[in-house]
Amino acid sequence: MNDIIIYSVISLASIGVVAAIILYFVAQKFKVIEDPKIDLIEEVLPGANCGGCGFAGCRNFAEAVVKAGNLEGLRCPVGGNETMNKIAGILGLEVKESEPMVAVVRCSGSKENAPKKNNFDGITSCAFANNLYHGESGCPYGCLGLGDCVDACQFDAIYIDKKTGLPVVKEEKCVACGACVTACPRNIIELRYKGKKNRRVFVSCVNEEKGAVALKNCKTACIGCGKCVKACNFDAITLKNNLAYIDFEKCKLCRKCVEVCPTGAILDINFPPRKPKVIVDTDKKTVEKN
Amino acid sequence: MRTFKKGGVHPNENKISQTKSIEILPIPQKVYIPITQHLGAPSTLVVKKGDSIKTGQLIAKSESFICANNHSSVSGKISKIDNFIDASGYKKPCIVVDVEGDEWIDSIDKSLEIKKDITLSSGEIIQKIKEMGIVGLGGACFPTHVKLMLPEGKKADYLIINGVECEPYLTSDHRMMLEKGEEILIGTSILMKALNVDNAIIGIENNKKDAINHLTELSKNYKGIKIESLKVKYPQGGEKQLIKALTNREVPSGKLPLDVGCVVDNVGTAFAVYEAVQKNKPLFERVVTVTGKSVKEPKNLMVRMGTPVNYLIEKAGGLPEDTGKIISGGPMMGKALTSLDVPVVKGTSGILLMKKSESKRNKEQNCIRCGKCVVACPMGLEPYLLAALSEHKNYEELEKHHIMDCIECGSCQFTCPSFRPLLDNLRLGKNKVGQIIRKRRKK
Amino acid sequence: MNILTISGSPHVHGDQSVKKIMQGVIIALIPAMLMAFYFFGLPAIIITLTSVVSCVLFEFLIQKYIIKGEITINNGSAVITGILLAFNVPSNLPIWEMIIGAFVAIGIAKMSFGGLGKNPFNPALVGRVFLLISFPVDMTSWPVPGRFSTSLDAVTGATPLGIIKEGLAKGNHVSDLMSNIPSYFDMLIGNCGGSLGEISAIAIIIGGIYMLCKKIITWHIPVAFIGSVFVFSGILWLINPELYIDPVYQLLSGGLMLGAVFMATDMVTSPMTYKGMLIFGLGCGVITVLIRVFGAYPEGVSFSILIMNAFVPMINKAFKPKLFGETVKK
Repeated sequence: MNDIIIYSVISLASIGVVAAIILYFVAQKFKVIEDPKIDLIEEVLPGANCGGCGFAGCRNFAEAVVKAGNLEGLRCPVGGNETMNKIAGILGLEVKESEPMVAVVRCSGSKENAPKKNNFDGITSCAFANNLYHGESGCPYGCLGLGDCVDACQFDAIYIDKKTGLPVVKEEKCVACGACVTACPRNIIELRYKGKKNRRVFVSCVNEEKGAVALKNCKTACIGCGKCVKACNFDAITLKNNLAYIDFEKCKLCRKCVEVCPTGAILDINFPPRKPKVIVDTDKKTVEKN
Repeated sequence: MRTFKKGGVHPNENKISQTKSIEILPIPQKVYIPITQHLGAPSTLVVKKGDSIKTGQLIAKSESFICANNHSSVSGKISKIDNFIDASGYKKPCIVVDVEGDEWIDSIDKSLEIKKDITLSSGEIIQKIKEMGIVGLGGACFPTHVKLMLPEGKKADYLIINGVECEPYLTSDHRMMLEKGEEILIGTSILMKALNVDNAIIGIENNKKDAINHLTELSKNYKGIKIESLKVKYPQGGEKQLIKALTNREVPSGKLPLDVGCVVDNVGTAFAVYEAVQKNKPLFERVVTVTGKSVKEPKNLMVRMGTPVNYLIEKAGGLPEDTGKIISGGPMMGKALTSLDVPVVKGTSGILLMKKSESKRNKEQNCIRCGKCVVACPMGLEPYLLAALSEHKNYEELEKHHIMDCIECGSCQFTCPSFRPLLDNLRLGKNKVGQIIRKRRKK
Repeated sequence: MNILTISGSPHVHGDQSVKKIMQGVIIALIPAMLMAFYFFGLPAIIITLTSVVSCVLFEFLIQKYIIKGEITINNGSAVITGILLAFNVPSNLPIWEMIIGAFVAIGIAKMSFGGLGKNPFNPALVGRVFLLISFPVDMTSWPVPGRFSTSLDAVTGATPLGIIKEGLAKGNHVSDLMSNIPSYFDMLIGNCGGSLGEISAIAIIIGGIYMLCKKIITWHIPVAFIGSVFVFSGILWLINPELYIDPVYQLLSGGLMLGAVFMATDMVTSPMTYKGMLIFGLGCGVITVLIRVFGAYPEGVSFSILIMNAFVPMINKAFKPKLFGETVKK
């Protein structure tokens, strides 16, 4: 009995010793010399490996930053200014502060505004449905509502509202990594400035069809009338292919465009509720959004 | 009896309309002719709003290599050029013509007499086919003249004419072979001359015995044309499967039929080639089967391109109450239509109306790993694995497992006892991998 | 105007479904079940019912209260597990042990992996092996078969394979033992000791032919399994007929037929391709003979199938279907 114990202890111990020696030499031979800064930077990064920076993961981003030697075009959208300042500190560089961003869904084609004309019966994938046809509402630009953006989000910051059938971004959770932007086959989601007090004004439509055609499928489509362009005092709105677009760098959040929009395609988010004040023109309706 | 070896399924044939002879559909008052009706680069419009056009007049010109001409199917006045939904599910530019009478352009030979002598040379035939806008009528609409222009150093041994019609329900090719047999054989001879091949095989599935007998009888007068009867199996009408069944040659992955010395054309195309070369008639009408279990009078109709689908359905006894889905093409590979206003195009081989009860998919269940999809796949792929990889967005692995070889025949999904949407996932994955490959090539 | 449905092709579906497959298997199991009832009487019926009911019940409870997902007991897979589990135990097994076996089969071998289609091992076999290891005495005391009787106390005896194994272990030769074992005909119809479902080879073969006709199984696994047992044990028999029993005996005895036709062919736990199935059957056969002849247990079918189940993912990886167009014939 004792023999068995002794033999097994001796053999196991010797295997351990031999393996340790081999491991030591292998580790010596294949040692990779890395800049210690990479590890330091990786530590300050959020570690979500979301790919929002354009690299496969946080480690790759750290390597790229160290290799590049400057911070031009390199930015961790998740960590934001705080993280970038830390990285700049490690590398002894300056960093430009930039405004925080948030993902914005530019479609108001809810079940009510854009009633469905077909039944879709297939896998819940926007990319698949996009290849198949124009979508249940008939709008070839609008949201398909099958949730590719939800699948893409690693931060649980977007969900499909069952009532409207449209995705909703949870502002407090969104880190503006841009995963949903690339996942959306119709380019509906855009990263915009979060804005002062989270207030934003944007055109919630990407339909480039002519006004009458677009209106057939959706009550709140942008019809390209150009009223908002005229109303804007800051040249922030451009009209292209029957579609208005508000440049978030120029927009001063005055909300004049919201007032004039005849279809309610322009949304203002997080503004205090307006007093039910004078509606300027009788046939224009202003959309009340809280 | 010959057939392809690997995979395949056997759906219920449901060839309800196979005894109905081809009827000519009257021209509707308004037609919507899509400007591009083929696979490849879009053609360029050569008419404008307000123009008066005649039947057979060129309306859109081919300006790149893989592209085809397009002709007016009616005579009348162009009232509008705008976007309308077509079978692709998206709006595409169409010309809308208010029909006035039916005046054909003068160059078309309207006589009913069959012209047998082939006077043109090979190059002239190809030129003619190009001019007349002939595309493959099997469904893919690949421009025929491109197939006929063999690249330097390549030679075809066989011309294969596809009379398989393996899709359930559809009978348009079957009726063509019965009623236009002589023309199809002349068309085949023309194609043989254009390709400079001595052998042509017409493959027909065994469920169309009358067509096999009829063509075998007629083909005695034509040199080099052989009629081959094939065992009924889907997807025998697929190019690669048909070549395998008839010549036992396998088209390698990513290669074309020409790489194994074969050119495949549909019987409908052979007929269109006959009309184009012998009668100078551009491709502006085709046979469309209107069928379905609840359709009152299933029919095979000779239809002008651009005729809205509801006009066809009207003629087949009207839209049944319980229609849940309308399919352009057959039930295995056809496209579901979003509305009844979609116009008939060169690739529309049938309009299939499905009952509400048929049009809903069963609820998907767990994969029980039965391997039926693997056995059914005619390309030797593993659909269960590819579908799972596609769901997990693992595009690298997908490419390694040859997803690009998938011919989207639907055999896997057809046979799956768990009702899994295999082909949906495969299509999605194939699409993504295709994008990745294209991006890589650009670099 | 109706709202039209849009979906990708294909727009039709074949007539097969999981439910139909499971119903087919249950029908195929009926002949063997009737033989078991005939030879073992009332206890066999009680055991089978207990097993089926508890399997279905466990699946229902787990799906309802633990997974909280869809309840799929009506697809019949739990019923099959129940019947197969009952087929693999002696008819005089205590009821509470049967219930434990059902719990292991459904709860541990099947539902803990995610239910039908996700389990790597055949649930019924896991249940059986668990019982065999936990209650070896109860699991290996076999009642002697007789005409249908309602008596719950049966005389116990040994299985043909057990007789041979013990006899050889005592140093006897095969020829000495031949008089102790039942005739081939008795083993074919099932008049011999053993688990409920395994005794009658002919009833199992009838069920197998039914499944083949209904295209529920293919011939590959059973033929490879039985064939390799026959060939391998035949070689051993030719080497020394005094030490090794003849191959026909190997085929008819024990759970080989039941295993080859019903257990190894379980879709979930068998390979996808025909090539893989042949390899799988071959492996099962070889391991079965190895255990039977050289191992400690008289019977090795369940272990061999479980061992090969573990190799299925590897077989699936190694034996891919041949791609169309891989070989170019010029």
